[in-house]
Parts: sequence; C-alpha cells; structure tokens
Amino acid sequence: MYDFAYEKPGSLADAVKVLSADPDAKALAGGQTFIPVLKQRLNRPSTVVDLAKLGLTGITVSGDTVTIGAMTTHATIAANPDIKSKIPGLQHQASLIGDEAVRHRGTIGGSLANNDPAACYPSAVLALGGTIKTDRRSIPAEEFFQGMFTTALEPGEIITSVELPIPQKSAYEKFRNPASRYAIVGVFVAKFPSGVRLAITGAGQGGVFRHAEFEKALSANFAPEAIAGIATPADGLNGDIHASPEYRAHLIGVVSKRAVAKAA
Amino acid sequence: MPQVTLTVNGQQHTVEVEGRTLLVELLREKLGLTGTHVGCDTSQCGACVVHIDGVSVKSCTQLALQADGTSITTIEGLAAADGTLHPMQEAFREHHALQCGFCTPGMVMTAVDLVQSHPDGLTEKEIREGLEGNLCRCTGYHNIVKAIAAAHPLMHAEAAE
Repeated sequence: MYDFAYEKPGSLADAVKVLSADPDAKALAGGQTFIPVLKQRLNRPSTVVDLAKLGLTGITVSGDTVTIGAMTTHATIAANPDIKSKIPGLQHQASLIGDEAVRHRGTIGGSLANNDPAACYPSAVLALGGTIKTDRRSIPAEEFFQGMFTTALEPGEIITSVELPIPQKSAYEKFRNPASRYAIVGVFVAKFPSGVRLAITGAGQGGVFRHAEFEKALSANFAPEAIAGIATPADGLNGDIHASPEYRAHLIGVVSKRAVAKAA
Repeated sequence: MPQVTLTVNGQQHTVEVEGRTLLVELLREKLGLTGTHVGCDTSQCGACVVHIDGVSVKSCTQLALQADGTSITTIEGLAAADGTLHPMQEAFREHHALQCGFCTPGMVMTAVDLVQSHPDGLTEKEIREGLEGNLCRCTGYHNIVKAIAAAHPLMHAEAAE
C-alpha cells in the first residue's frame, strides 16, 4: 500500500471541504472494498478522509419511507427489526453480504458510492425506487447508477443517507460466487400498489438494471409462472470466468422466479 | 507521524503509525501481539479477526488510525490472568477443533462474538454460516462447529453468574 495522509473530520462540511479541495483525496466509509483496493495499489489517494465521525448512522421509519444513514453497517441493517418488517428483502440482502466480520464494517453508503456491478444494494435501491441524499442534493436511483463503478456523484460529494419507499412485498435472491460471495446474478423484486419493480445486479455490463418485461408481466400477475415464458437476451450481459452471458441470461429467469416466489 | 491511542486487552497504548499502517500490523509489529495471524491479507481467510469494541472485525482490512479511541481484544486477551483458558479456548482443546492451529486465533475470536451475539442459542446451520469468513484447511470444520456448540452453554452460564 502506498502511504497517504489520514483525516477524520468531525463535521460533514469539513469532510466536503477536504475532499473538494484535493482531487486526489478519497473518502473512506467501512473500507471493506476500499482498503483491499489500496493494498493492491489500484488507487493512490493523497489523503484518506474517514467519514466515521460525521454522525451518518441510524435507521428511521417515517410514514411510508425508511431512511438509512450512509454509514450504517450491513450487520446493523440485517439485525434491524423495522427493516425486517417493512422491507424484508433488504434485511435478507444485507445478511448475505460478505461474511460476519465484513458486515460489521461495510456500509450501505460505501457500497452505493462504489457501485460495483456485482454489489447487492444497488438492486434494492433501484427496485424500491429509492433516493440517494448527499451533502448537496437528492438523487433518484434511476439517475444515480450510471454504469460499472460509475455514479452521479460529483467530486467531493458525500452520500449522507438513502430513502427507500416501503413496498407491499419484497424479496432478494442471490446466486452467488462461492468464493467472493458477490452476486453472479442477484434479483430484488418489490411490489407496490402502482406496480412491480425488479432490478438485477451482477449480470449487466453497465451495472444494475431493471427488467421491463418481467415488471409488466408481474404487475399483471405477481407469481413466478407469470415470467416463466419470457426469455432474457444475453446482449449486454457480463461474461467472465464465472459465467457466460448466456448462462447469466438463463439465471436471470431462474433467480427472478425464486425471488417472486419468496415475496408472493 | 500520526499517533493512535487505543486500549488492547485492557492496556492503553499510544503508538506512532503511518496512514497506511493496518491494525494487524500495529498489533503484531508494534505491540508484539503475534497471536493474531495474517493468512490471506485479502479479507477472505479470517485468521486476523479481533474484536473492536466487542465486535469481530478483520484486522487486515482496517487502518490502525480508524481504531483510535477503541478497545481491542485479541486472542492473547481471552484467557484469565492465571492462565485459565476462556471457555471457547477450552472447548477447542477438548473437541480437537484445531490441527495446525494457524486459523485458530481468528476462529476463536469469531466464535466468541458469534456466541455472545446469540444468547438464545445457536443452531448448527447458524454456526456454519457464522464461520463463513474464516477458512480452515485442516479440520474440515466439523470439530470447530462441535466446539462452538459446546462452548455456548458454558459461556452463557458464566455470563449469568
């Protein structure tokens, strides 16, 4: 690892100031991806700005919305009774990330800012139609995720929380790589009075995406058989040593049916 | 050089570190606590697990400076001052839950947190899932699972006293 300066600001304004003043400064949330990246010398920040003292943790339920602070850990989300009763798919999703020790440190804000194409949370936030709140604005999920490791965040912009509408039903199903535990295909399905939304992670070259045909069929009939006859084209899907695009296309159907069966 | 002040196994230390110094490097190289192992150095194997404020964390995936002001427990801090083993250590010995022993410090620290965070009991499935972040190349895990199941009532009986 290259050496760097380390700062742990006590206010959001100070953190934004440090990050904005220096394009080579980088924010540190839980570090469960960022520290391995630093070890591999894939990134060389001048300053690492630790966000741990900004007070960005906590989960609140208000009306039909759950708000999760950006520095809330996967373990906290997985253990939260409100999340379990309001958005059970998200509770289950958080419990499947990494392993116990990783979940004690990794955060939802860090994961969203990184937008790994195989990360779990982008599927939940997109399927739920969530809003990413930052130090300066609110960004709808549709605009936030902009492709592999790419988001709408500006230089120096810090995620403070994520707001998630509470669905009638939700579920997450993950076909995971047994070694890395990342999703080869992960599907989050959410049923709202206005219709069904379904988002897929791990499969797309451009990161997380929604499946319009599945959503239309499931909005008419929220049951696994509603999507049984719909083929997913392999165009634009990832191919790597773990799975070909054709295999991922097949898995999208299988894993989506499992997710709907679980939610329904 | 930046300084970090933290409590390790009940003793407070103030140590000079670099920004890039990992918590496991601080423990092993600055404080000489070599019970915490570095296996993979890629956050996968769990040989480096310690407790930060009572919660299991991979100390190879944590900067030393992040731990400022925290209380750390390592494998050296589990046994009593007179050398009496912690119930989890005793259960690992009793059930032959180790062979080469390299993964054992991390296994024991993960197991202690797992038992503490499940006061109402642990199923075999929960134990196996709880060990997902700890790799053992010798035992096949079976005796580790047995040891943790055996330590559960002992630890909670001790806590209730």
